Amino acid sequence: MSNSFQEHFDRLIDSEVTIEPKDWMPDDYRKTLIRQISQHAHSEIVGMLPEGNWITRAPSLRRKAVLLAKVQDEAGHGLYLYSAAETLGVTRDELYNQLHTGKAKYSSIFNYPTLTWADMGAVGWLVDGAAIMNQVPLCRTSYGPYARAMVRVCKEESFHQRQGFEIMLTLSKGTEIQKKMAQDAFNRWWWPSLMMFGPPDAESPHTAQSVRWRIKRLTNDELRQKFVDVTVEQAKVLGLEMPDKDIKWNEERGHHDFGAINWEEFRNVVKGNGPCNKQRLETRKKAWDEGQWVRDAAMAHAEKRKSRKKAA
Amino acid sequence: MTQEIKKTNKTEWPLWEVFIRSKAGLDHKHAGSLHAADAQMAVENARDVYTRRMEGVSIWVVESRHIHASDPDQSESMYEPANDKIYRHPTFYNLPEEVKYM
Repeated sequence: MSNSFQEHFDRLIDSEVTIEPKDWMPDDYRKTLIRQISQHAHSEIVGMLPEGNWITRAPSLRRKAVLLAKVQDEAGHGLYLYSAAETLGVTRDELYNQLHTGKAKYSSIFNYPTLTWADMGAVGWLVDGAAIMNQVPLCRTSYGPYARAMVRVCKEESFHQRQGFEIMLTLSKGTEIQKKMAQDAFNRWWWPSLMMFGPPDAESPHTAQSVRWRIKRLTNDELRQKFVDVTVEQAKVLGLEMPDKDIKWNEERGHHDFGAINWEEFRNVVKGNGPCNKQRLETRKKAWDEGQWVRDAAMAHAEKRKSRKKAA
Repeated sequence: MTQEIKKTNKTEWPLWEVFIRSKAGLDHKHAGSLHAADAQMAVENARDVYTRRMEGVSIWVVESRHIHASDPDQSESMYEPANDKIYRHPTFYNLPEEVKYM
């Protein structure tokens, strides 16, 4: 019996039909999806923190309005994705609990500090750029609620990258000091951005299964290469130097070769030893704990209104 | 641990499904879901979460537990009967060339 369910599921996957919440699915598919979608949701939520750092110090009203809108979008993206994860049978409280206890991970990039205003440019340009590269193929992922959430996310995300690029462009066309600031931010965010695509394919044992399930559509290394190739061209427009001496066009491969990534650093940050891991989690937990009375009050208010309506 | 989760679950705001009419004259379409303490808050949250870029002119919310759905495992018996009734489609009928608009 379970065999035929499995066969039916495999047939749907192979014929590019979407799987919906009430359809039968293998336990591992469900588990992998919950992990992947919630990790993505957590990343959106924690991702608000490094940028929130600069909202009050944005250099103009326009930049401030833009940054606020971007951070608000990220909250929205987190909510779309949490909802998608909940259709798989996990509750929102459980998901928050996993984040707050450190059981669930979020993208390690958000454990780096945002030191100058130029970091708002580099984060938008590189971090959101890398995220888009990861996310666009997921608009066609096999799980319906996830794919639909990703369509929404991708539509909104491209403004994020453009506003970042615009900040970088303004700075790099500005004074000597401003240009230096842009280059410094580029230097600091470049390598962590490359790490966002995850470990090399050879060390990513679940890739094959995830590609088979259409939870992943391109491998980590394929996406990383694509990102390097487009960024080299964009850096030329900015007039900034690539923070990697080994970057070179490889005629034979039709791609740029690039230097070795420090995976030791990556593993360290994932393990919790990045520059801001502790601070991010503490800020997040504090916001949750201090919001408890609001959640309780809203619920009490709703109950009271309901009973008043009944009495009337 | 389970005790703790149970306790927090009790206070979790109910889940709502959000439907949005993107412009006058069109149907409301399912946009997604969210948590809110009551209907009024669900509408307000839906505005913030699902219409930040003028995606809607009207919002419906309904608590998710009130939605009844068909069973995907019953799809075959549910929809199969319509399969062999192609005469319900206008293309089933052959009309002479002279009849231009019908």
